[in-house]
Amino acid sequence: MEIPRHWRLKKQRYALVGEVCPHCDYKIFPPRDVCPNCGDEAKTLYTFSGRGEVFSYTTIYEAPTGFDSMAPYTVALIKLEEGPMVTAQLTDLGDQPVEIGMPVEMVTRKMRNDGDERGVIVYGYKFRRRV
Amino acid sequence: MTDVIIAGIGQTDVGEHWGIGLRDLAYAAVKDAIADSGGLQPQALFVGNMLAPNLSNQAHLGVLLADHCGMRGIEAVTVEAAGASGGAALRQGYLAVKSGLVDVALVVGVEKFTDQVGGGVDAAMATTSDSDFEAVQGLTASGQAALLMRRYMHEYGVPADGFAGFALTAHANGVGNPKAMFRKAIRVEAYAQAEMVSAPVNLFDAAPNADGAAAVVLTRSDLLPNGYPHALVKIAASAVSTDTLALHDRHDPLGFWAARESVEMARHRAGVTLDEIDFFEYHDAYSIYAALSLEAAGFAPRGEGWKLAAQGAIARGGRIPCATMGGLKARGFPGGATGLYQAVEAALQLRGQAGACQVSEARLGLIQSLGGPASTAVTHLLEKL
Repeated sequence: MEIPRHWRLKKQRYALVGEVCPHCDYKIFPPRDVCPNCGDEAKTLYTFSGRGEVFSYTTIYEAPTGFDSMAPYTVALIKLEEGPMVTAQLTDLGDQPVEIGMPVEMVTRKMRNDGDERGVIVYGYKFRRRV
Repeated sequence: MTDVIIAGIGQTDVGEHWGIGLRDLAYAAVKDAIADSGGLQPQALFVGNMLAPNLSNQAHLGVLLADHCGMRGIEAVTVEAAGASGGAALRQGYLAVKSGLVDVALVVGVEKFTDQVGGGVDAAMATTSDSDFEAVQGLTASGQAALLMRRYMHEYGVPADGFAGFALTAHANGVGNPKAMFRKAIRVEAYAQAEMVSAPVNLFDAAPNADGAAAVVLTRSDLLPNGYPHALVKIAASAVSTDTLALHDRHDPLGFWAARESVEMARHRAGVTLDEIDFFEYHDAYSIYAALSLEAAGFAPRGEGWKLAAQGAIARGGRIPCATMGGLKARGFPGGATGLYQAVEAALQLRGQAGACQVSEARLGLIQSLGGPASTAVTHLLEKL
């Protein structure tokens, strides 16, 4: 049960809210309070477009607890249009193969459950082939 | 400055020790290391462990092991840096003795994977990545390696069996190591047919999680007992670097920056060139990590680390022998004990006690312990005096 932890990340999970550095305009996701580009403090919120492309991907066959029912599933590094990279599952793939460079967009999906019927179901961002 | 000597070494068999718990596993290695040192009495204990709080519901290993090993009362703490915990603990022991504040330090790495099975182990391993932004997506340790391997193969045009040489070399070397988990050579056909763990990482690209404990006793040369029987092995340099925790936060994920930086610092501190290094115990938790580590250390240009394996340069007798006693792939990956296994194996090589695995005239060994995809990199240079 990790309710507070997932609750406080809801802006990131549901809307890809990161930050933009007020000093150097660097776009930051996931949010962190020190700009990784210039080292100054960065706390200005910035909502990402959710568009990007696949930098790399893998199909996971041996799933950790909480993800068993989804396996096999595909996890990718997504290079967002605004610059940063995020780790996210690819979804709605159908029969077409995934390729590096494939354009994708963010959608909201069920991510995991706590493994028992009283546990938390976590929702958040995944990415699908851009439509 | 004072030389820090690896005076005693001990290690258990690596494997599935269903009948032996965490504390008894650690004691077996500790007992052997102290006996091997000629009976030195430690004043401080540093424990390298990655997952005992998750897998065995046991934290606070410092006092547990000091008490259990008959050293009640001494300074004792756990050092944790994921897969680099063993290397990080070794560094703490080194710093303690090097500083002169501790005369004899005991460092033990111990991991007990088989207290759990299945998805629980993968979930525990995933806690060493960015829990909020990587593990929550179902990304596993193998998955991180796979993301790097896929990108590497894409950028550098590596064929499907391009990484086979790492597993083949490791298994060939493991045959001669009586402590290794796997002591059977494999053929390239077996690699090509292996099932996927996390595509493109297959079963032979991934080191097996295993139970094990390894220990070293560190001291200064003037404190060695009379009649000390072994060739002297000193820690010539010790260095740690960190990168971002999450892969997605790196501008250059294939650069293995921390691995590069820690090797450069260690070489600089010891005044050693790459050519002088006789063997390299890299952290081949995954074959892609072996390739990237070879490049980061400077043994191969970017994109060409895999060729060293394909061409036999990492074999015993090759240009830079690696995984000389099986590496993580064949000796096994006992989590936070791994860095201590590397130290014990390197000491055996430098003493000339490596048996069938012996690298001839080994004088200088490089060992590197990685946490995650080189999120933490701990590098030591060991030298025969």
